[in-house]
Amino acid sequence: MDTKDLDARSYTDLLKGYIKTQDERALYGAEQISKSFIKNNILPEEIVNLHIQALLEIYPDLHELIQPSMNFLLEAMISYGLAHQEYQQLREKQLELRSEIHLAARMQQILLQSEIPQTDDLDIGVISVPANQMNGDYHHFVRGKDGSINIAIADIIGKGIPAALSMSMIKYAMDSFPESEMSTNAILKSLNRVVERNVDPSMFITMFYATYKPDSGKLFYSSAGHEPGFFYSSKANRFKEIEAKGLVLGVKPDTTYSQYELELNKDDMVILLTDGVTECRKGDQFIERDEVLEVIRTYMHLPAQEIVNRVYRHFERIQNFQLKDDFTLVILKKVV
Amino acid sequence: MGSQSYVTIMKEWDIVAARQMGRDIAKNLGFGTVDQARITTAISELARNIHLYAGEGKVCFEIVESLEHKGIRVLATDNGPGIRDLSQVMEDGFTTSGGLGAGLPGVKRLMDDFDIESEVGKGTKITTTKWVR
Repeated sequence: MDTKDLDARSYTDLLKGYIKTQDERALYGAEQISKSFIKNNILPEEIVNLHIQALLEIYPDLHELIQPSMNFLLEAMISYGLAHQEYQQLREKQLELRSEIHLAARMQQILLQSEIPQTDDLDIGVISVPANQMNGDYHHFVRGKDGSINIAIADIIGKGIPAALSMSMIKYAMDSFPESEMSTNAILKSLNRVVERNVDPSMFITMFYATYKPDSGKLFYSSAGHEPGFFYSSKANRFKEIEAKGLVLGVKPDTTYSQYELELNKDDMVILLTDGVTECRKGDQFIERDEVLEVIRTYMHLPAQEIVNRVYRHFERIQNFQLKDDFTLVILKKVV
Repeated sequence: MGSQSYVTIMKEWDIVAARQMGRDIAKNLGFGTVDQARITTAISELARNIHLYAGEGKVCFEIVESLEHKGIRVLATDNGPGIRDLSQVMEDGFTTSGGLGAGLPGVKRLMDDFDIESEVGKGTKITTTKWVR
C-alpha cells in the first residue's frame, strides 16, 4: 500500500471513529493526517474526494442530496489545488535562485578580495560585510614599487546584485591603471570617466582614494563624494573629520578632483568607512557619527584588525544582527 | 482517432456549453470525479481565454486512443491577436488576470499533455490531452 492508500484508509477510520465518539483524539488524528496530506502533495480536491468515498463507505445509502453537494465542493477546490501546486513550484524556484545567488556571492568574494599589505609603518585592519548576500561596498589595497600603499574604499548607491555587478567593473578598471604612479585625484578622474560611460545613469559610486608614502609619513587622498572618514591625532587625543571635496563618480564625464594631504605621526589613526557604518540604526533612529567614534575609542588600544572586528560586532548587535546596508570599515594605525 | 465534436465560443455562456460537453465526454470515457473536475476546469480556462482575448474561437473534443489507454483531447483555436511571448505566459506567477493558479500553466497542470502554437496577428492553437488512469 502506498502512502496515498494508507492515508485514505486511516482517513476513513478516523472519520468513522469521530462520528461515533466526537472526541478530541480523533480530531488530533485529523491534524496529523492533514500534515501528511501536505507532505505528500495531496491536493484539496483529492481530499474532498477522499471524504466522499469515506462517507459512501460508512453510509452506503447516503442521502441523495449529500453527494452532489460534496461534488460541488470538490469542483470549488480545483483552483485551490492549482494555486497550491504553483506555490510549491515557486518555492522550489526561490530555493534555486537563492543558491545561485549564494554561488555568485562567493565568486564575488574571490574576485574582489584584497590582501592587507604587511608593512612596518602601518597596522591595517579591515572588515567588509554585505547586508544581503552580495556586497555593494568595495575596498582594495595595492602596494607600489616605492613601498607606498594605495587604499581605495567605495560604495555604490544602492545595494544587492546590481551594485555588486558594478563593483566588479570598478575593480577591473582600476586593475588597468598604473595606480602607484598616479596621483589620487588622477585616479578618481580616470575612474569617473569609466563609470560615466559604463554604468546606468541611475547608479552612482562614491569613492575615497588614499596613498600612504612611508618616506614622508604622509597620506595623500581624494574623495568622490564619499562618506568622510576620520583622522585621530594621538598628540591632541582627538578625532577630526577628514575633509575632501569631490563629485560622486559617474555624474559628469569631465569631473576633476583635488588631492589633499595629511601627516601621520606615531599612534595616529585614519578611519575610512562607508555609510553602512554611520547609518546604522537603533530602532527607528540613525546613530550619530560620534557614536562610531566613541566605540572606536573604547577599542583603540587594540591592534587595528581587532578594533574593526569589535566595532562591527558592536553595531551588528545594536541592529539585532540584521544589517540594513553593506558595512565596510578600514583602520590604519601608524605604529612607528 | 475517434469522433470529433466542438463548441463555438462567442459569448460567455458558450463557456458553460464547452464545459458540459467536455464533462460528458470525460464521464463516458471513465474518468473519476476528480479528473472530470480537472478536465472541466481546464476547458473552462481555455474557453475563457478565447472569450476574453480573442473574442471568438472554437473548443473541439476528440477521443484518442493509444496502445494502453484512452484519453480526451481538447483543441482550443482562435484567430485572435496571438501571443507574443509564449515563455512568459507559460511562466508561473505571470497572469494578466492576477492571482495564483490561473492561466495556461494551470491548464498544463490539470492535463497530461500540453502544446501551444501562436502567431501574432493570426491566432492561437492549444492542444491538450488527459489520459484515463
